[in-house]
Amino acid sequence: MSSVTGDDVLLSVRDLRAVFETDDGVVRAVDGVSFDVSRGEVFSIVGESGSGKSVTAMTILGLLPTIKIHSGEILWKGTDLLTLPEVDRRKVRGSEIAMIFQDPLTALNPVHTVGRQIGEMARIHEGISKGQAFERAVEMLDLVGIPEPRKRAKMYPHEFSGGMRQRAMIAMAITCKPDLLIADEPTTALDVTVQAQVLDVLISIKDEINSAITLITHDLGVVAGLADRVMVMYAGRQVELGTTDEIFYETRHPYTLGLLASLPRLDDMGDEPLVPIVGSPPSLINKPSGCPFHPRCRFSRVPGLCNTEVPELRLITGDAHRSACHYAEELEGVSVESLRESVDVVSAAEMADALLIDVAAAEALGAGEPVGSGGLPDPDSDSGNGAAAVGGAAVGGAAAGAGPGEVTGTDRLVGDPAPADVPDRGDGA
Amino acid sequence: MTLTEPAAPGAIEGSSDFTGGLDIAAARPLRVDVWRRFKRNRLAMVGLVLVVLLVLVAIFAPWIAPYGITERSSDFRQGPSSDHWFGTDGIGRDVFSRVVNGARVSVRIGFLATAMSLILGLVLGCLGGYFGGITDTLVMRLTDVFLAIPYTVLAVAIATVVGRSINSVILIIGLTGWLGIARIVRASFLSLKRLEYVEAAHALGFSRSRIIMRHILPNALQPIIVYGTIAVGSVILTEAALSFLGVGVQEPTPAWGLMVAQGKGNLVNAPHLMFFPGAAIFLTVLAFVFIGDGLRDALDPKLK
Amino acid sequence: MTSYIIRRLLLIIPTVFVALSFLFFLFFLLPGDPASLIAGGANRAIDQGVLDRINARYGLNDPIPVQFVHYWQRTIQWDLGESFLNRRSVNEILGERSINSIRLGIWAILIEIIVGIAVGLLAAIRRYSIADKLTTIITAGASAVPVFVLGFVLQYLFAVQPNKLGWPEWTKLRTSGLGPDTWTFFFIPTGEQWRYLILPAITLASVSTALLARMTRGSMLEVLRADYMRTARSKGLGERDVVIRHGLRNAMLPVVTLIGIDFGTVIGVAVLTETTFSWPGLGSEIVQAVGQRDLPVLLGLTLAVVLAYALINLVVDLSYAWFDPRIRLGEGENS
Repeated sequence: MSSVTGDDVLLSVRDLRAVFETDDGVVRAVDGVSFDVSRGEVFSIVGESGSGKSVTAMTILGLLPTIKIHSGEILWKGTDLLTLPEVDRRKVRGSEIAMIFQDPLTALNPVHTVGRQIGEMARIHEGISKGQAFERAVEMLDLVGIPEPRKRAKMYPHEFSGGMRQRAMIAMAITCKPDLLIADEPTTALDVTVQAQVLDVLISIKDEINSAITLITHDLGVVAGLADRVMVMYAGRQVELGTTDEIFYETRHPYTLGLLASLPRLDDMGDEPLVPIVGSPPSLINKPSGCPFHPRCRFSRVPGLCNTEVPELRLITGDAHRSACHYAEELEGVSVESLRESVDVVSAAEMADALLIDVAAAEALGAGEPVGSGGLPDPDSDSGNGAAAVGGAAVGGAAAGAGPGEVTGTDRLVGDPAPADVPDRGDGA
Repeated sequence: MTLTEPAAPGAIEGSSDFTGGLDIAAARPLRVDVWRRFKRNRLAMVGLVLVVLLVLVAIFAPWIAPYGITERSSDFRQGPSSDHWFGTDGIGRDVFSRVVNGARVSVRIGFLATAMSLILGLVLGCLGGYFGGITDTLVMRLTDVFLAIPYTVLAVAIATVVGRSINSVILIIGLTGWLGIARIVRASFLSLKRLEYVEAAHALGFSRSRIIMRHILPNALQPIIVYGTIAVGSVILTEAALSFLGVGVQEPTPAWGLMVAQGKGNLVNAPHLMFFPGAAIFLTVLAFVFIGDGLRDALDPKLK
Repeated sequence: MTSYIIRRLLLIIPTVFVALSFLFFLFFLLPGDPASLIAGGANRAIDQGVLDRINARYGLNDPIPVQFVHYWQRTIQWDLGESFLNRRSVNEILGERSINSIRLGIWAILIEIIVGIAVGLLAAIRRYSIADKLTTIITAGASAVPVFVLGFVLQYLFAVQPNKLGWPEWTKLRTSGLGPDTWTFFFIPTGEQWRYLILPAITLASVSTALLARMTRGSMLEVLRADYMRTARSKGLGERDVVIRHGLRNAMLPVVTLIGIDFGTVIGVAVLTETTFSWPGLGSEIVQAVGQRDLPVLLGLTLAVVLAYALINLVVDLSYAWFDPRIRLGEGENS
């Protein structure tokens, strides 16, 4: 763990609030987020799709033309990027803060060669010639471990494999040796076997150019291996912030616990059930009252503080472990294992019941007997189409892994709409 | 389907399209949503009002028109007046009455010919797209042949053969207008039949016709609806062109295209002869274009 | 690449064959006897001897399949025959008429490409602006107005009105005929020629320009949202460079295809435009030929048009491969 001192802070986001105005209402995508990123560290932002993690990242670079920033500041080396004129902000992009995008196939321009796209970065910020830029691109491709870089630089993105494209993307991002690399789900679009290689490249490059990395992911497996500190986001708010160890082993937020419980682990394959989080992420337009997580929280006390008061992120343990749960202290001692064990004794029928009964009924907090409930993870099926529903049930059953396999298709409908993006669903299958 | 999506799609990672909107989408049927978005499009609503008006005029034409379509007065080529709102034509007939009755011709030809080419295009497109192989090659070669002959030449040639009644105009346009639909349907099929839910339907042993009718066609429907709407407009344009070239509807049927063609010699002394039927064609076609555009935006907000 | 071109060229043959054969047989379904037409019209009493001579001369007595085979035997040698009506050779008519059509077509396509793409791009980049809304309305309007009505409106505004109101000479445009037929570099009008060219060229371009502008706008809007545009912005490129360096070429991909299809539209619209403006091109001649059952002229000119259309589309497809490196011609697949 890198120790964080004030001098090393590169990026400091303070109480950022940003919204999208849509036809259906105001989407509060980022709702009061604060964090620091220091030189040399890997800072990870974790959350489900729509939790605001990508929006936060892209707001830092100013890549969302339609977003409205309501308040907050984004201090980059002490200067607020939000008040900086566009011309000066542009100079920061690419040269000081560079971004690695999720899907390298669509993020790379299909009609330009890879070399040209990498070299362009240097041409923009260093004003070098075309020839020099090409040499630089070759050098960068070599650095990220692409064989025959000279030949590869002349090729187009579609001629690259997925892993190579992501390496090219990384090569492009590091061309100007930025101080901060923002990697937005850098491995999500890749094969599992390639993911590790790409992450390796990313980390070794980071050490080489001595930059910080902000890693945005929904994959807690990736976080565990790489991150120094973690911020968990839910519905546009940060719910827990701490070192990786704190987040994984001293979890102080029910949502984080839920994420961890639904994470399959290679070391206990088969025995431990995965415990999905019930329900689906809330609409960002009409967020639930109080704590946005309370309708899905197995520990929530409703009626009570949970549905009336928005919990603030507050210091819980150590010198920087923060959580936004009214009852964070009471979570001490609740481990992922205990969560799973409690689920083990619950039958499938009871689980289906638990889905029907509101979570409000499950006031198990404090009693140490959290009632497990299993919503089957379901692929993004919103068609209501017969075949889709049937197919979805089949896939959903497989995804439940060691979970209640006897739940039938009809039961699945009980839990509909099911969480559409439970972390690591793919690995669980 | 995406409801909570911000104005810049792609701003949030793709999958949020589904998760964010799921709860709302489940609560409100798609139709309602499409109508809600359609209603907000001002041009589309103007188009809808115009089309409703057109259909009403077509239905009630005999009651609206002050004169008969062949009724002559002693005033030849008179400009608009209180007796003859749109003036009179070369043999003293009331242009307003003829334009009003022309709505019937246009509506009939527009809808029937479109329906005919839709059915032809759907059947051929389905055949080619679903079965592929030789069937597909044959369908595509057939469209190539039809595309290779300039449309007007083809229509004029067929028109000369089948005669010059309203029904033969419907037949000509129906027979030559299916190319676009066939291509759209075929393309949808090619992409849809590889999707997982269609494969799932196969795996479950559903019959081919069931898969086509229940699982593929509904998903190919959006572009077809949009194309079909705009097609009604272009059919009316084609009808006018055929009349203009002298192979369309015959006198004394009050077809708008024919009326423009008859007025062409009087551009200098009686421009109203061309202006009113021309404006009627223009407004009608425009209305269908607006509705088509509005439908496309409402059905797929991302493709604006 | 070469094999692709050869395959495409070979594919033209069956298409042309079926298309022309279709017209050939369609023609013989026409009511009325071509021989009496040739002799001077269906309504006059014509001496049987004259009809026999005509039938013999044009081989019209042969069974239709025999005529069909003869037709193709001649056509393969580019012997297009002569007009039933005035005995001029079809090749001669073709040469004279096609030049006029090509000149008009060049100008129409130039207008289409320049105006259509420029307007579409501007509308997309300045989305939701007044200019964008105007573009939407005007392009919808242009695609809704019948070509000949537009032609007449233009004639009224720029030829009838200036004369009526006594405007200065230079504002008056001509509405009918080819004009003095004076050109430099084949297609640039000289002297008074432009007065005759400008209205039909605008009319001919109208429909496809509107289509192209709409298409360009939609395509550019799509591209502006693309991930790689965001990547380009994240590199620190200014918005203008993002659009020009990364957007334009991608936005042009579907547009190029449309331009190819548009040649077909232009040919179809040319029939109406040339008739409206009495421009002596292929389109007006084909309409006349159909009306007068002048089979050799109809088939000969259509053959030329179909061939030209097929070749133009081949060129367009080849240029498409240049625009989009993902397309590798001849391999029949792209990733």
